[in-house]
Amino acid sequence: MTVASQPLRILIGKVGLDGHDRGVKLIARALRDAGMEVIYTGLHQTPEQIVNTAIQEDVDAIGLSILSGAHRTLFRRVIELLKEQDAEDIALFGGGIIPDEDVPTLTAAGVKALFRPGAPMEEIVTFVKGLKPQG
Amino acid sequence: MQERKPRFTSLSGFDTNPVYTHNDLKGWSPEEELGAPGEFPYTRGVYPTMYRGRLWTMRQFAGFGSAEDTNRRFKYLLKHGQTGLSVAFDMPTLMGIDADDPRAHGEVGHCGVAISSLDDMERLFDGIPLDQVTTSMTINGPAAVIFAMYLAVAEKRGIRLERLDGTLQNDILKEYIAQKEWLFPPDPSLRLITDTIAYCAEHVPKWHPVSISGYHIREAGSTAVQELAFTLYDGLTYVEAAVKTGLPVDRFAPQLSFFFNAHNDFFEEVAKFRAARRLWAREMTRRYKPSDPRSAQLRCHAQTAGCSLTAQQPMNNVVRTTIQALAAVMGGTQSLHTNSMDETLALPTEDAVKLALRTQQIIAQESEVTNTVDPLGGSYYVETLTNRLEEAALDYFRRLDEMGGMVRAIEQGFPQREILDAAQRYLREVERKEQIVVGVNEYVEPEAGQIPILKIGQGVEDDQVARLSDLRKSRDSFKMVGAVEALQEAATCGENVMPYLIDAVKAKATLGEICLALKEVLGMYRDPVVL
Repeated sequence: MTVASQPLRILIGKVGLDGHDRGVKLIARALRDAGMEVIYTGLHQTPEQIVNTAIQEDVDAIGLSILSGAHRTLFRRVIELLKEQDAEDIALFGGGIIPDEDVPTLTAAGVKALFRPGAPMEEIVTFVKGLKPQG
Repeated sequence: MQERKPRFTSLSGFDTNPVYTHNDLKGWSPEEELGAPGEFPYTRGVYPTMYRGRLWTMRQFAGFGSAEDTNRRFKYLLKHGQTGLSVAFDMPTLMGIDADDPRAHGEVGHCGVAISSLDDMERLFDGIPLDQVTTSMTINGPAAVIFAMYLAVAEKRGIRLERLDGTLQNDILKEYIAQKEWLFPPDPSLRLITDTIAYCAEHVPKWHPVSISGYHIREAGSTAVQELAFTLYDGLTYVEAAVKTGLPVDRFAPQLSFFFNAHNDFFEEVAKFRAARRLWAREMTRRYKPSDPRSAQLRCHAQTAGCSLTAQQPMNNVVRTTIQALAAVMGGTQSLHTNSMDETLALPTEDAVKLALRTQQIIAQESEVTNTVDPLGGSYYVETLTNRLEEAALDYFRRLDEMGGMVRAIEQGFPQREILDAAQRYLREVERKEQIVVGVNEYVEPEAGQIPILKIGQGVEDDQVARLSDLRKSRDSFKMVGAVEALQEAATCGENVMPYLIDAVKAKATLGEICLALKEVLGMYRDPVVL
């Protein structure tokens, strides 16, 4: 008999100034429906607020949505802060309007996955489930 | 023969019959439900001759990078036959913060043009005759401040305010509902809006002080019915707020305008524009009994549906946009923006935006659809849809009335939740392939197709930060502080803030400084988290 594994805890948030929250809320609902514990931060969060909440809430991963074109600055800042706080075990993924050419740079910097418009919800849920080996 | 699907529905979920006949319009009176074009209830259009008299205004929403970058784009669009300007501001500007604020880092000039001061506004309209173009400005939370900058530019150039024509979006309710760019809580925000309405009625009579917007509600995932219902109800909320300040309805209502989405379901969209005009005419007449017929006429701008565009096979977006634009024209819009094919990837390139403008010109000049007014009027199907949309919107009106109005409904998260549920239903339909999106869940190609996209360099932010630093050093800071304090005083004691805002921007107070000063007096908004 195995001990039932803890459900994944995921922080889902909007970082930066844009208010387009249709996608991020649908993802939060989908992850919740898939049995995960979802902490939704609401809008207009700074990278500092995101990382602090992630640590306080002891999450397994952070998923960020950015549709304002500020992804290069904001994802990098979150990665820096996770390093500073010794919290690199928290996986970072994201989504939004992100041009092709920015994807390799961001993944090299440490973003685990980037989902762009039209990405199937199932693909996102499967990816997040795969972040922690299930007992 | 068996049909392709067990059930056919409109994009908003109305069951659709195989055919519509006179039986679907039993008891329907063309005199009551349609009237003549230009006559109550304006179902067929607000003008007797519609596009035979004058085509719609072709108005492409534009803004990126610095004020100079956007000024060049404006001149490019005017050169290619565009007939009105429409300013897109960047996120920091929309949130009322300056380019050198730490929260603005990485966002300056990305989603629109960065405007932090009167100097920026002057450079934005350099060489553009403000008394000869009409300008639309998409800004809401800090709308009154940006409007004050525009008025100050006109004054500096010696242009009389009564000659200015254009539109300020200034619709905060749909921000709380859908677009989520706000500064102050609902009640003080409504008060800033009634200040702009009253100021325009007195000093800038040709200006449209509020553009009541369904576009963003639809983009957030609403149905056509929700877009129609929430938008018109927002409009009634502004009218009520203005009337309560003592303004007679006919002093301001003719200058209100609307802004709708033009989405994929062609006939439903045409019906939506028609239902909007009829419903507004009836509700305004019933509630406020205006004497000026223009107070009950709904004039609108339309934009094709950004959320319908796909990053996959982006050239397909040209075709989607064409169909949507045609729906807006069949619906009788007064002005139109057509999206560019690259807008799911970035702001549009010059070539992409020119193609989008050409799409409108082809509809206007080659298709001959403009030769007669409301060509779909009298169609059994379109009239049935128009009736159903109006009835379904009235149902929402009753629910909102019961909740105590739109502000209370927003505080309870009601419209937000209705929209999110609709967005989720649509997503499920796409995932089950009940709704086909070409290139996304059908006819998929491994390579999505590459097109050139517009890039915004870091230089824009650096330049803007340097400019602000110069501005802060060179201005008369005593004069600036005095003007901002006078503004706070006016905001506290309930005076109309517009003249004080104009003084403050002329004294070179920045957008961020003014908004911060107003927040101290008016407070800040925290939204209810609806999930």
